[in-house]
Amino acid sequence: MSFKKMKASELTTMIVNKEPLFILDVRNEADFQDWKVEGHDFNYLNIPYFELLDGVEGIIEQLPKDQVILVVCAKEGSSIMVAEMLSDEGLEVSYLEGGMKAWSEHLEPVKVGELSTGGEMYQFVRMGKGCLSYMVISDGEAAIIDATRMIDVYLDFAKEKKVKITHVFDTHLHADHISGGRDIAAKMDAVYWLPPKDAEEVTFNYAKLEDGSEVKIGETSINIHALYSPGHTIGSTSFVVDERYLLTGDILFIDSIGRPDLAGLADDWVGDLRESLYKRYKQLSSELIVLPAHFMMIDELNDDGSVAGKLGVLFKQNHGLNIEDESEFRKIVTENLPPQPNAYQEIRQTNMGKITPDNDKQREMEIGPNRCAVR
Amino acid sequence: MNEVKANQTVDAKGLACPMPIVRTKKAMKELEAGQVMEILATDKGSKADLKAWSESTGHQYLGTVEEGEVLKHYVRKASEYEEQPERHHPHVIKNDELTEKIAKGESLQILDVREEAEYAFGHIPGALSVPFGRLQQELNKLNQDEPIYVICRTGNRSDMAAQLLESKEFKAVNVVPGMNSWSGKVEGI
Repeated sequence: MSFKKMKASELTTMIVNKEPLFILDVRNEADFQDWKVEGHDFNYLNIPYFELLDGVEGIIEQLPKDQVILVVCAKEGSSIMVAEMLSDEGLEVSYLEGGMKAWSEHLEPVKVGELSTGGEMYQFVRMGKGCLSYMVISDGEAAIIDATRMIDVYLDFAKEKKVKITHVFDTHLHADHISGGRDIAAKMDAVYWLPPKDAEEVTFNYAKLEDGSEVKIGETSINIHALYSPGHTIGSTSFVVDERYLLTGDILFIDSIGRPDLAGLADDWVGDLRESLYKRYKQLSSELIVLPAHFMMIDELNDDGSVAGKLGVLFKQNHGLNIEDESEFRKIVTENLPPQPNAYQEIRQTNMGKITPDNDKQREMEIGPNRCAVR
Repeated sequence: MNEVKANQTVDAKGLACPMPIVRTKKAMKELEAGQVMEILATDKGSKADLKAWSESTGHQYLGTVEEGEVLKHYVRKASEYEEQPERHHPHVIKNDELTEKIAKGESLQILDVREEAEYAFGHIPGALSVPFGRLQQELNKLNQDEPIYVICRTGNRSDMAAQLLESKEFKAVNVVPGMNSWSGKVEGI
């Protein structure tokens, strides 16, 4: 018997198609509890690889006979070992190529829709971590919003589409992932925009993204209109693109809202968060399609793998937009918050340019789910 | 920097998971119970995995020292006598009673009979380190006129040490339960 390898992109397809899968996760228990591959119809067994060094006979009973089995570990080495042992026992199994490390870094581009003048809006879904970034394409030019540090994915995509990246934005100073915005802008000689209130401590030059800022992508003028919406961070800024899409950053997600505590000022920013969500967004057209910077649960995925929803629908269905009582709202977004993202302080420092960890270190800092939302 | 003493070293530098654990598991078989293994690794994940592996096998994970790219892990092989909670030495003092004495500023003779690597990762400030296996040869380090508060991890090695000391005309008091649940001050790596 031989065993197969499964690529992160194949696993993404299984998740989007809601296919069933049995995951044998051989990382240690704490890592598994903290973060795992999530799917609608996935079943799990977590047995650390070091308990299987003497053989896998003991767990074969616990494995299904009629389901695809995927062995997952941190970097793939242990999953190959276990997959080999299982296949020696006559089971048909696969392992996840590159392990959770590769899973954390995989970006899947999904087309969200067309723009009025023939351009396109793409969403890059980072399935393993729940991060979403965007590329707006119009008339040979492109803008990127909330880029991850896997910048080659965007650069290759732009090359393939034969467009020039002219503007790069971050909706806010991220605390859960390292931004690739600055690097992309430097490489492509593009403008890097940041909200100045989030950028008071940054060590590099940037263009000030302020309420009312307008940027055109391509000659046919796709407008990117900035909208100050503090709450997750003091500078958090949303964008309206082509009067059609509302990029909400970490303020509003599909079925959850941003948490206000990651820069250490939960109590101060609760009021801002409520104002942004319940007043500023209320004034916008309910037809706008919300494109957030994260998803928290795979239930927030649409059938095509995208994460998007009409603002009007979100106002009716999103839990975070339907808390009438202000003190109740305050309680929900400041108490019983999920644990903070791994290394979030160091990630903020990196995004400010204060520290420059090497690639391995950056990868390690980003391990785990994003945890930017409350519900 | 403190050097941590170990009885054997496993070199797993440059090896990816699962090899650091595979090598350690193999090498542990040759180690005597109670001895300390040093594992050199560059795989960052080896720390959490060694910790979890030690827990599941009953070995005692002592700690990790980082030296540049290299992680030096220390694991003490589980020994059977620690599983027997039977104690024989009549004079004992509880952890918190000793903490109180220390807090009062009394000058105390505290003897830590754990392995040096265990001592290195956390001990009572001022405690003297003499591993149980070497006690017989190093009795001259101790003061016969003052009581000796003997401590180990769980009170068992210190029980045997206290008996040994009494037979050599020292005044020994066994500290129970020991460093395992010590909540007073500690110093170490």
